[in-house]
Amino acid sequence: MARQSPYLITNYGKDLRLFGSSWKRAGLLLLAALFVVLPLQLDDFWLSLLATVGVYAIGAVGLNLLTGYAGQVSLGHAFFFGVGAYCAAWFGGGNAVGTRDEILFLDLPMIVWLPLAGLIGAALGALVGPVALRLSGQYLAIVSIGLLFVGDWILLGWVSATNGSQGLRIAAEPSIGPVNFSDLNIFGSAFSPEQGEFWFVWTLVALVALLAKNIVRSRPGRALQAIRDRDVAAEIIGVNPARAKIGVFALSSGIAAVAGGIYGMIVVRTITPEIFTGFGGLVTSITFIAIIIVGGISTISGAIVGSLVVVTLRQVTSRFVDLLPFLKQTPNDDGLMLVGQFNLIVFGLLIIIFLLAEPLGLIALWRRVTTYFKAWPFSY
Amino acid sequence: MTRFIEFALAGLAQGFVYALVALGFVIIYKATEVINFAQGGLLTLGVYLVYNFTSGQSVPFPLAVVMSMIVTAGVALLFERLVLRRMLGNPVFAQVMVTIGLLFILQNLVIAIWGAEPLNLGDPWGISTISIGEVIIEVRDLWTAALAIGVLVVFFLFFRFSKLGLAMRATAVDQEAALAQGMSSRQVYMAAWGIAGATAAIAGVGVAAGATGVSPSVEFVALLAFPAIILGGIDSPLGAVIGGLIIGVTQSLTAGYQNELFPWLWAGFDDVMPFIVMVLVLLVRPYGLFGTPEIKRV
Repeated sequence: MARQSPYLITNYGKDLRLFGSSWKRAGLLLLAALFVVLPLQLDDFWLSLLATVGVYAIGAVGLNLLTGYAGQVSLGHAFFFGVGAYCAAWFGGGNAVGTRDEILFLDLPMIVWLPLAGLIGAALGALVGPVALRLSGQYLAIVSIGLLFVGDWILLGWVSATNGSQGLRIAAEPSIGPVNFSDLNIFGSAFSPEQGEFWFVWTLVALVALLAKNIVRSRPGRALQAIRDRDVAAEIIGVNPARAKIGVFALSSGIAAVAGGIYGMIVVRTITPEIFTGFGGLVTSITFIAIIIVGGISTISGAIVGSLVVVTLRQVTSRFVDLLPFLKQTPNDDGLMLVGQFNLIVFGLLIIIFLLAEPLGLIALWRRVTTYFKAWPFSY
Repeated sequence: MTRFIEFALAGLAQGFVYALVALGFVIIYKATEVINFAQGGLLTLGVYLVYNFTSGQSVPFPLAVVMSMIVTAGVALLFERLVLRRMLGNPVFAQVMVTIGLLFILQNLVIAIWGAEPLNLGDPWGISTISIGEVIIEVRDLWTAALAIGVLVVFFLFFRFSKLGLAMRATAVDQEAALAQGMSSRQVYMAAWGIAGATAAIAGVGVAAGATGVSPSVEFVALLAFPAIILGGIDSPLGAVIGGLIIGVTQSLTAGYQNELFPWLWAGFDDVMPFIVMVLVLLVRPYGLFGTPEIKRV
């Protein structure tokens, strides 16, 4: 009997499998091995960089559900990212920068405050959802910029809770029960905070990616894609656009808030409004958009790959600024431009170049390579 | 009452600035159906060029504005030719993202060249004021209003009577039909971007005459002009001006009366107000006050 090609898919069940081919399973094993081994090999700079990559990857997976799968362009993602970060301070514990001490901080354990931050983000996202129902495309993009202005007004105005422009310091720690990832101690061997945080963040990345993947390959995810591709047709075959759109807005905002909470707790530890709202917020939102465009829009792995490229690029230029003579760290140094500006110009160029040359991102490049080898010696 | 009139007039002046900014958005949208997020970057570039010509090369101010209009229009044209032309037929999302990319490049190049510190445009309008009864009007506000009305009139004449204007209107309505009648969409797109670039330089000068001065936050005003274009209807020049005026007056009145009427609101509500007005109008009229409803065919 002829042996069947492993690539021939004969039923829907096979098509929907998470890790269909043996290559994918091998790749997954390799990733798992890297997950365990990397923290033992890399130094702290690269580990904290990878933790930052992971945080952005989580947020980008959320944005990809909204923008990539449901086709709703939002520039307000940074707002929900910020909601999570401020929730981390309020519920997970923290203190105000400066002399204010009337702000109430709860010291809830992470297992409580992180989901709570996600829920609050999701609830706020669901509030925006109905507006998204009436509007779409470019209109929605502009209305979502409004979120950044509203956020700016709230964060700067509600001083008794946000400490205004001085911001909050987050004291919360990534601990689950007795296990504190910032101070990890397994069988008597102690690990550095960076090592523990790497494991913590990337475990979450895996969980969120799995959640997102399962959503997009099941009924609600197919409904989203149907709405994106042809909304009237989707409605006719029985997709409820209100439920789908509000749902995906809530989900994506909730994921962004979770990412924001971890961002506040692990990456920056001091949060100020300018990271999340106003023009700085627009920069953060566009960083997320650059990530999904570079990685590959409408793919879960694309969000992670994109984050790896975009965030690494940003952090590495900031770290090795001395090696690039045309960049400067402070306005008074010699050099053509500040590192931050250079990074934003590079983001702009990346967005333009990828949309021109490979609109489906790095993942599409990768697929093209694998298809070539799968089909070899035939051209297709 | 005098206070109310003063607030309203200040709002109108700011509104004309928004109108100038919004006109640039409208012309590109009319031709290409893409909201050009880079307009704020062109605005910043334009005003810094004016600064550069007047203070560096000591060119007289009106000439400097014209030179800046030409250069900014050139940059816009170049972007259309090199990037956006290749994106035709791509989803709108991709085209909008490309303009956002340009926004980042322009904005940060400007900061890299001229620095982030606010600069002085040398006060071309003067700070003199005219008083009518008890109401005091600043001359620079009159200039901005005159510029906005002037640009609007030129737009009207251009769209109404010139061949290219007609071609642009035709392309906006139906690109294929316009092509079949021998109107080159390429020319139309380039013209739209060029005009938008030139308008951006004028608008930038209008913005810089206000509170921001010559600083990177000129771009911020472009973000606040978004509600104006949406409010007025994204494809209507008249709508852009009226939307701009409504937003300007609402903002100014909010800033003026917030402390008395709504003392419990946090400061700075006037930056949020345009977006609230916009969302309210959009919920009632999804295509703005003067916009053309988009007809969905199944």
